[in-house]
Amino acid sequence: MAQSAVLPEKGSKARRHFSRIQQIIEEYGATESALIPILQKVQDEYRYLPEEILTFVATALDLPPATVYGVATFYAQFSLEPKGKHIIKCCDGTACHVRKNQTIINAINQRLGLAPDKKTTDDHRFTFEIVSCIGACALAPAVVIDGHVYGQTTAQAMVEAIDKIEEADKAEDAQ
Amino acid sequence: MTPFAKLNSPTELDALKRKAISAIQGCATRVLVCGGTGCMANGGPAVLDALQKALEKHEVPVRADIMREEDEDAITIGYSGCPGYCQVGPIVRILPADYFYVQVKPEDADDIVTQTVMNGKPVDRLLFKDENNSYAKRDDLPFYKDQVNVVLADCGVIEPGDIRDYIARDGYRALAEALFGLTPEAVVAEVTESGLRGRGGAGFSTGRKWGFTQVVQSAKKYVVCNADEGDPGAFMDESIMEGNPHALLEGMAIAGYAIGADEGYIYVRAEYPLAISRLRTAISQAEQAGLLGDRILGGPFSFHIHIKEGAGAFVCGEETALISSIEGQRGMPRPKPPFPANSGLWGKPTVVNNVETFANVSKIILNGAEWFRSFGIERSPGTKVFALTGDVVNTGLIEVPMGTTLGDVVFKIGGGIRTGRPFKAVQIGGPSGACLTEEHLDLPLDYDSLKSVGAMVGSGGLVVMDDSTCMVEIARFFMSFTQKESCGKCVLCREGTKRMLDILTRIVSGKGKVEDISLLEELALTVRDGSLCGLGKSAPNPVISTLKHFRDEYLAHIVDGVCPAGECESFKAYSIVSEKCKGCGLCAKKCPVNAISGELKSPYVIDATLCTRCGVCAEVCKFDAVVLS
Repeated sequence: MAQSAVLPEKGSKARRHFSRIQQIIEEYGATESALIPILQKVQDEYRYLPEEILTFVATALDLPPATVYGVATFYAQFSLEPKGKHIIKCCDGTACHVRKNQTIINAINQRLGLAPDKKTTDDHRFTFEIVSCIGACALAPAVVIDGHVYGQTTAQAMVEAIDKIEEADKAEDAQ
Repeated sequence: MTPFAKLNSPTELDALKRKAISAIQGCATRVLVCGGTGCMANGGPAVLDALQKALEKHEVPVRADIMREEDEDAITIGYSGCPGYCQVGPIVRILPADYFYVQVKPEDADDIVTQTVMNGKPVDRLLFKDENNSYAKRDDLPFYKDQVNVVLADCGVIEPGDIRDYIARDGYRALAEALFGLTPEAVVAEVTESGLRGRGGAGFSTGRKWGFTQVVQSAKKYVVCNADEGDPGAFMDESIMEGNPHALLEGMAIAGYAIGADEGYIYVRAEYPLAISRLRTAISQAEQAGLLGDRILGGPFSFHIHIKEGAGAFVCGEETALISSIEGQRGMPRPKPPFPANSGLWGKPTVVNNVETFANVSKIILNGAEWFRSFGIERSPGTKVFALTGDVVNTGLIEVPMGTTLGDVVFKIGGGIRTGRPFKAVQIGGPSGACLTEEHLDLPLDYDSLKSVGAMVGSGGLVVMDDSTCMVEIARFFMSFTQKESCGKCVLCREGTKRMLDILTRIVSGKGKVEDISLLEELALTVRDGSLCGLGKSAPNPVISTLKHFRDEYLAHIVDGVCPAGECESFKAYSIVSEKCKGCGLCAKKCPVNAISGELKSPYVIDATLCTRCGVCAEVCKFDAVVLS
């Protein structure tokens, strides 16, 4: 098979990574139409798309690496940089915007020391993204932290929620 | 839940329907907790959990699922779809008495069980109230009184997690009637006759679209459902998929039969995880019951439905871009023609419709085109679901006949402006849409009337704004959205939206020039005419419409140096409230540009010509004497 050519040394850590990717590819089938679901699954596991994995997927699917890279950079869901442990998504749909979500965005950025061009904290604990409408418009403004939707939220409530998560995390680390 | 037995004929479907009806009727009480995204976020799961515990505590027998007839007096409890009134969630509905409880908390569970479930009496404090009245039943609520539910009729009444609940309400009967009583041509004719138009935006006749695909000779055809509801401020398709997923599946299967396709794809945005999981459950149940898959109801027709999750690209709402995305490529639009009807998914003839369009189909087949035309107006029959949000009292999902006026929606159903401030505008149709103002309050909401004023139904998001919303800022907001989402294929869309965004950003930050307005207008027309797909063609709409209706506001920003709505940060100035200032001098000490002066123990003042609006003074003041206005 074509992909054996790119497999790293047997028993290495990288090899174990690739065998997991191989499993994912087998699950969805090595066809072009499965490319997006494969990348979604890979990102689920790694929280981002490592470059060497993109090349591996390209070889396995018999596609030019540029095609895979093109798809990975086209869709907002995919990230080529490692994301934090906790993902905070602030909805920026019209309803949230009209209900002045900017103050919430500012507060979260300030709390985490982030900026529009810096989305992940240095300790990789938090990633803060501004996302398109999540469909909870009636609860505007809305923020999603690790899949949990906070509706009609405020800047203060978000800062408190982040404090809580960080505290719990640090307690866990200490153990 | 045990697997469902495969149904091998329409007669068996009828038998199951009768059985399901009698089982549900035999049920003493049904407790339905809203399982829509809104209520789930608002504490719905905790309410369901508390109710289940309370039922156990009071030893009320609960059926494992709705069909367990052996527990005759037992009750059922589960998630329903979204009844639409998200503002007052979490909502708990009790059937058959039809009590409608709002803002339910886990602490209320005990009272609901002891008073309502065990004694049939409403819990007064949980009923919806306004100044004068308290409303026990859903249909009495002012929010619902003027609505007409066709698509949403079963949303919030059935449990989306159990196919038999849908079957009891005539579910899949339209499919059975089509497969065993109508030719594909007759199905297309009925849908065409009904006048149903695509609910995704442009409003093309659904029947004609099907007809074009039907006549193309091809061994393989596809039905694609566009569930990539990307418009910010729209969530009607999400609610249909969450609340009544089988209506979508049935509509797609009927479309498949009509055009001669045996495979369908639902392209759902990844931002809707709940909708995706409900659809997966629904597809699996329908396949077990022989209502999807091979040889549906024992007949010759087979139809398989697959789910494709989007990966976050607004442009994939455009049908040709969506098709590229399903094929695994970058979601970029292709030139039309060839239209998908001739060459769509993998080059095969394809019908692409949106969720709400498909959800109308089974009703049309069951009740006839004539019945469907009794709703709405001549050129736009039927109803439309709108997502009503923004600065309005009642936010949520509403369904009204096509042609209902904007004023009725905002003031009768929406209950007017939440903040008590004056109504300013409604943004309809998302980033491709336009603003409607006070002069449009009598405008009927239908495809042609909206088009005549330069707006569009779009997906149906209605965002209401009061006078604290700056229209230039709204135009900038939408432009930043479309600019980010432009796929980059067409130069005019890619570069033109960027330049327009630059200009709008310049205006809202107080650096606009008078000639910017004519430049914006020129760019708007160029981008519109020079883009391939709907995204680019409609991207300038918010700018064009705000320039038309709110040109004064643009001029105020540029010429007078003020933001009339008081929203744009750059036009705000810091000042010190002399009554609150104790004269401590801390702000003057901290001000990096020495813009603050005064004497100790008497109020300080800010020199606006020196101030850089850094906000340090407001932060350090211990008496909240520094204000931004």
